[in-house]
Amino acid sequence: MTGPMVKISGLTRRFGDLAAVDNIDLEIRPGELFSILGGSGSGKTTLLRMLAGFETPTAGSVFIDGVDMTSVPPYERPVNMMFQSYALFPHMTVEQNVAYGLKKQGMPAVEIKDRVMAMLDKVRLGALAGRKPAALSGGESQRVALARALVKQPKLLLLDEPLAALDKKLRQHTQFELMNLQDELGVTFIVVTHDQEEAMTLSNRIAVMNRGRLEQVGTPGEIYEYPENRFVADFIGNVNLVQATVTSVENGTVVLDCPEAGGRMLAAEDASSPVAGEHLWVAVRPEKITISKEDPGGSQRNVFRGVVHDLGYFGNLSVYRVELSSGKILQVSGQNRVRTAKKTVEWDDEVFISWDMGSAILLKD
Amino acid sequence: MINSFKRGDGRRQWLRAAAAVPYLWLLLFFLAPFAIIIKISLADPLLALPPFTPLFDWAASGWQKIQVTVDNYLFLFQDGYYAIIYLSSVKLAAISTLLCLLLGYPMAYYIARQPQRRRNLLLLGIILPFWISFLLRVYAWIGLLNTHGVINNFLLWLGLIDQPLALIYNDFAVYLGIVYSYLPFMVLPLYANLEKQNLDLQDAAADLGARRWQTFLDITLPLSRPGIIAGCLLVFIPAIGEFIIPALLGGSDTLMIGRVLWDEFFINRDWPVASAVSVVLLLILVVPMMWFQRVQSRADGGAA
Repeated sequence: MTGPMVKISGLTRRFGDLAAVDNIDLEIRPGELFSILGGSGSGKTTLLRMLAGFETPTAGSVFIDGVDMTSVPPYERPVNMMFQSYALFPHMTVEQNVAYGLKKQGMPAVEIKDRVMAMLDKVRLGALAGRKPAALSGGESQRVALARALVKQPKLLLLDEPLAALDKKLRQHTQFELMNLQDELGVTFIVVTHDQEEAMTLSNRIAVMNRGRLEQVGTPGEIYEYPENRFVADFIGNVNLVQATVTSVENGTVVLDCPEAGGRMLAAEDASSPVAGEHLWVAVRPEKITISKEDPGGSQRNVFRGVVHDLGYFGNLSVYRVELSSGKILQVSGQNRVRTAKKTVEWDDEVFISWDMGSAILLKD
Repeated sequence: MINSFKRGDGRRQWLRAAAAVPYLWLLLFFLAPFAIIIKISLADPLLALPPFTPLFDWAASGWQKIQVTVDNYLFLFQDGYYAIIYLSSVKLAAISTLLCLLLGYPMAYYIARQPQRRRNLLLLGIILPFWISFLLRVYAWIGLLNTHGVINNFLLWLGLIDQPLALIYNDFAVYLGIVYSYLPFMVLPLYANLEKQNLDLQDAAADLGARRWQTFLDITLPLSRPGIIAGCLLVFIPAIGEFIIPALLGGSDTLMIGRVLWDEFFINRDWPVASAVSVVLLLILVVPMMWFQRVQSRADGGAA
């Protein structure tokens, strides 16, 4: 196996007292579609800008394809970036925009023309080669920006919120286009995004970033189903979080006391290896919880009684907010598998909610 | 619904009226004197009050006679003196404009790239000279540049020179005065342009392999063209007709159209020729502006 495409070690960038990026270690493999996911101010853009060479790290190093790039200026890096604002040159045509990088590389004009037209055709913009950016739609601008960044055949393409400026329909479509293009060209993509859905569908792996640090790095499935901490569990998707104290751990079953939910709770023992007396957070995804009018029973399940406090009907699924006798409200979501206009569960109904003990995620504080 | 439409229309009309009043004011007080100047330029000089022949002559017969002559214009073209003065004014204004651009561009660029608070402070520094009367500031240069002025005395005291330098009453002093006085008019429009340029564009150029100077030549400079043109017009147009600076700082050999105008009006009292001189000056200024307007609208049309 070849080495990593990107190797970041101890990377730090301070602005005054604030560490925008705080001692990050990360490896990204060749051909990966890697997302850096975080809220605003998480440092994700600063991290990306250090990869592009626009920011100088305060400490640490960046290796790209085995070469130390830490202090190499942007114009000498085998890296291209697609900007959130697209940053198309307004005084140049689409063709001139895409050709710019090749021209600076000193490629002969004839070759440039061929490469540019081939690239424009790939992103279905051949017919618009003579247009100025002001005359393009949002989706077209996005594709020009992509073509301009890809035409130099970089080893690594950085994309800053590539879909944020598009409307929802176009975003989904473009997302798949982006994935196909990446697959076809085999270029390593690093996408910075605040949109967790985008990161989930797009990426091979995701790094969740918060306050300049990486909270977790993993596949979308790992991040969603096996979050390593409360931030990741809460940031990705919806989750019910309750505090609990471990009473015992036996044969892979963790018994917890959870006054917040009003009773005893079971969870499967996991890598966090809890010990009796420990305070933990229990996280349960809404879709892992079943709602029913009768007691479902079963010794491996957690069953609680409650009253439907709120009900949201989305057509394909319904979301319930169930108030337990302790006063805690848990979110439950269920697929509407049976075709019926009548609701099986109504407002103020007394219900049982239950989940398999394997669905509970135990998180250290 | 209907009400809100009406209110919107009313507001628009009000706005139109608010814009129309100053426009009419400007138009009136541009056109009225201009019409008078054209009228005088078509008359013959006369030793009288006013010192030119009237446009309408009520002849004894009762017939109204219109007296028009183009002699003044012919005179301007026949006498090489005026051609030389126009050319030297254009040259002086053009060189001053270029000097302002060369000095002002880096200034505007630097200011535009500073953090917000420092930017305002630096801009204040550009505008600060306007707090003192223009005339006073030009006068102050006399004190600085004189044979026994501050600069010469200082250099003599340092022992760098043993004879005072001829710093004043020559073209050098005029260039210095014009560049000093008009530099803010170059910096401000350039700043306004450079400040709103998207910095991502520079990053994008660097990302695509352009070095800093290439980024400047390929991106920053072409995009600042409207600012450059606005600044150059704001310097060139007043500089070409400038009167005070050549009168106070220039030598007897500094030929500028503003001074000639003054001399024709007040020394020679030849109002018709003086009027013809100013009409021709206006034409000289209007032609390049109209050309610029056309180029600009064509460029905009191409972008749309």
